[in-house]
Amino acid sequence: MKRWTLWVPLAVFVAVVALAAWRLTDTGETVVKSALVSKPLPEFALPAMVEGKPGLNRTDLATGKPRLLNVFASWCVPCIAEAPQLMKLKAAGVQIDAVAIKDSPEAVKAFLSRHGDPYARIGDDRDRVVQIGIGSSGVPETFVIDGQGRIAAQHIGDIREDDVPRLLKALEDAQ
Amino acid sequence: MIAEAGLAALWLAAAIALMQLAMAGLGLRLKHDELVAAVRPAAIVQGALAALSFGLLIVLFLRSDMSVVLVVQNSHSAKPLLYKFAGPWGNHEGSMLLWVTVLALAGAAIALFEKKLDRATLTATLGAQAFIALGFYAFLLVASSPFTRLDPPALDGMGLNPLLQDPGLAFHPPTLYFGYVGLSIAFSFAVGAMVTREVGPVFARAMRPWVLAAWVFLTIGITAGSYWAYYELGWGGWWFWDPVENASLMPWLAATALLHSVNVLAARDGLRAWTLMLAVVAFSMSMVGTFLVRSGILTSVHAFAVDPTRGSFILVLLAIYIGGALALYGARVGRVKAGQGFDLLSREGGLVLNNLLLSVILGIVLIGTLYPIAAQAMGEQLSVGPPFFNKAAGPIALLLVAAMAVGPLLNWRRDDFNALLTKLTVPVTLSVLVMAGTFAAAPGTGWMEIVALGLAAGLAVASFAPLWKRKLLRTPLFTWGMVIAHFGVAVSLAGMAADSAFTSERLVAARYGQPYYVGPWRVVLNGVAPVVGDNWSAVEGRVTASRGPVDGPMILLRPQRRFYASPPTDTAEAAISTRLDGQLYAVLGAQDTQGRWQLRLWWKPFVTLIWFGGGLIALGGALSLIGRVKRERRNVKRREEAEL
Amino acid sequence: MSLLLGLMLAAAVPADLGYSQIPDAGKEAQAAELMGTLRCLVCQGQSIADSDVDMAADMRRIVRQKIAAGDSPDAVRAWLIERYGSYVTYDPPLSWTTAPLWLAPLLLLGAGLWLARGTVRRRRK
Repeated sequence: MKRWTLWVPLAVFVAVVALAAWRLTDTGETVVKSALVSKPLPEFALPAMVEGKPGLNRTDLATGKPRLLNVFASWCVPCIAEAPQLMKLKAAGVQIDAVAIKDSPEAVKAFLSRHGDPYARIGDDRDRVVQIGIGSSGVPETFVIDGQGRIAAQHIGDIREDDVPRLLKALEDAQ
Repeated sequence: MIAEAGLAALWLAAAIALMQLAMAGLGLRLKHDELVAAVRPAAIVQGALAALSFGLLIVLFLRSDMSVVLVVQNSHSAKPLLYKFAGPWGNHEGSMLLWVTVLALAGAAIALFEKKLDRATLTATLGAQAFIALGFYAFLLVASSPFTRLDPPALDGMGLNPLLQDPGLAFHPPTLYFGYVGLSIAFSFAVGAMVTREVGPVFARAMRPWVLAAWVFLTIGITAGSYWAYYELGWGGWWFWDPVENASLMPWLAATALLHSVNVLAARDGLRAWTLMLAVVAFSMSMVGTFLVRSGILTSVHAFAVDPTRGSFILVLLAIYIGGALALYGARVGRVKAGQGFDLLSREGGLVLNNLLLSVILGIVLIGTLYPIAAQAMGEQLSVGPPFFNKAAGPIALLLVAAMAVGPLLNWRRDDFNALLTKLTVPVTLSVLVMAGTFAAAPGTGWMEIVALGLAAGLAVASFAPLWKRKLLRTPLFTWGMVIAHFGVAVSLAGMAADSAFTSERLVAARYGQPYYVGPWRVVLNGVAPVVGDNWSAVEGRVTASRGPVDGPMILLRPQRRFYASPPTDTAEAAISTRLDGQLYAVLGAQDTQGRWQLRLWWKPFVTLIWFGGGLIALGGALSLIGRVKRERRNVKRREEAEL
Repeated sequence: MSLLLGLMLAAAVPADLGYSQIPDAGKEAQAAELMGTLRCLVCQGQSIADSDVDMAADMRRIVRQKIAAGDSPDAVRAWLIERYGSYVTYDPPLSWTTAPLWLAPLLLLGAGLWLARGTVRRRRK
């Protein structure tokens, strides 16, 4: 064997160690982001989740004014944690629509009466058709939709206090 | 008390390992005979102490000592005895202690039984073994002690993950660890030989039985693990190219190449550099596997609870040991004299091809497993799974099977092409017939499955060719071992191809009494009833199945959905009925709003051949091992008699 | 009589394609093969075919519905990649980032053959 080839295994190993070391400094739950950010929302039409509140179509999200689309469920614990922030956003004049994942009208009604109702419309997405259709992989997630119905930004996980200003800015940028 | 004794035994073992390393290093350097003489006993004592430590951990589990954190996290007083016994290795700390114990016992075994190797190389080998052990003792004692106390003691434990409460799985880790960590012996031998520059047939003959033994354990461990996943996880698959599965396969690939390469070194003094490299790579793959499974950098259903700080510790150990051995390789192997030459068409040539193809497959598996991390470094998230591995490694594996059929028929040093073709007529004809037949009978079958079936048939016949025209009872045991192992590969491959090509699956929302059809079987769900076990309760389906005439013999399947209390989990227990020509596999799902039960049914023709073949491969290895040991003993006796 | 009623009832409730097969065997085979190569997004390394979680069932339903409606498996895979990126497929699509991966077998084989030439060439004169 040629002399320099004897050192190739060591070189390969060093590269592997470097890669592993880099990855170790960066572990965390793998978060799957939507690939539709900056792309238009796909067409959809969901029936109403609770009576008294309309269902959700794509056209409702392309009204000319940026809105938030919140993916939630009554059985989702972090959704309870983010409810106050959503109310805060609503109080600041933000329009918020929702899709409820794998839920029932009674449970959602109970959730809304207990934790507040920041939503203008709630779509019944009990088969996750819209959730998968927009590239969301869990609850809760919040999407910033611009006036033309494009997904401007995605927020994964519950909305914390310090996320509120960031979301407000994203809504402004989407004008 | 017992926990403290276990910890003390571990500290002592580490101290002895340090001494062993120092004595080996100084003894060789200073050519100090007494120091060198003390290395062997030290290795034996170290092994005994590590074994004692592990034994005490087992005692803690058997006694359900709830004042020890590990027992609380992984056991429960109501657990059946077998799983209390297997509890120690169902978690990170305990399995790491088992890892280190096997490492120490391997060193003790070399010290006790290795008689062929020259003193200097043996001392260097034991020194290397102690050096490796030290790092892992340090890891255990500093970052993963299994003996930490809980104060105040818990009332009872949190139980063992129900998926692990299975007799097969109880013994799968120890078997695998004897394999993985047994390869450390080859690694240490290689390091020892590179230090003393004594690489030759004697070295090869000394290393060979240890490689074979580790390889047999690894083969059994992987085969058993695959069968366990198949019947326990309930989706009818037996290999998913999951990172942890790959972590077990990579050492096996390297060890397979190594055990063939070492034969060339022993018989013809050839392939020195390859053999040394493979010996280093095999155990390096074991260590890389340990790192992958415990560091959390890759997601897997099989991974242990994740901790990046532990991962960093292991990575540092890897860098030192593998980096060190590879650096030693670069520095020393250039000056290892090459052995005798040989033609391309020769047994050596065939074995070079074997080494090459196995190494390519190893490389593909390694790259595929690590690629998601590399992609992440490039800013992209992607997944690499069965479609890649099957497409990339599959064809190379088929080439390897073809080589396996031809190789044992070749002569050493140089062979004649025409003579070879004559020997191959029968296997090749059979292969072609099988391929044509399969294509005719089932035209929709994929090309890889058709070729695989053809090659399996050809290999099945060709593997017996070395026995042709020999007196069977006088054929050496290690030749029988080769024959059976290669035949086992053919059997296993046939099973894999049949499973891939001919499995039928049916998914139904079953009403009681209504017949459903899967493959040639007529299946009926008669009822679902509650059932209770040691530490679980379940709903059990009564499924009857028959094929042929409606009133023909019926088989009964009882798939269950089990609910465990601690930890609260529910699992599906598949019901499997094994027939001569395949397995009928049934899994019970949930009940829907109409009262129908989800029932998932498979008919898998000849699937059991996969693991039966694996067993044959291990048997072949064991026969080879016994055969080589017997031959060595006979040679030693003859030499002694000649000297008298 | 009860059999007829049963069949009518069964027909009235369409089968949930998340938990049952497409009646057309050929399409079901295509769908099954595809689902074995799509990743469950919330699991620890399983395909949507093998996972028990309800999100996997929802994904299976969508896949089967699309295949039953006539979409090709590649189109369905592309649809999912459009939404989740390459993470969702176990069959990495060929691109500049994945070229080294897909070329690896050939490159390794080539490198190995080149190395092996050195070993074998040393014949006895």
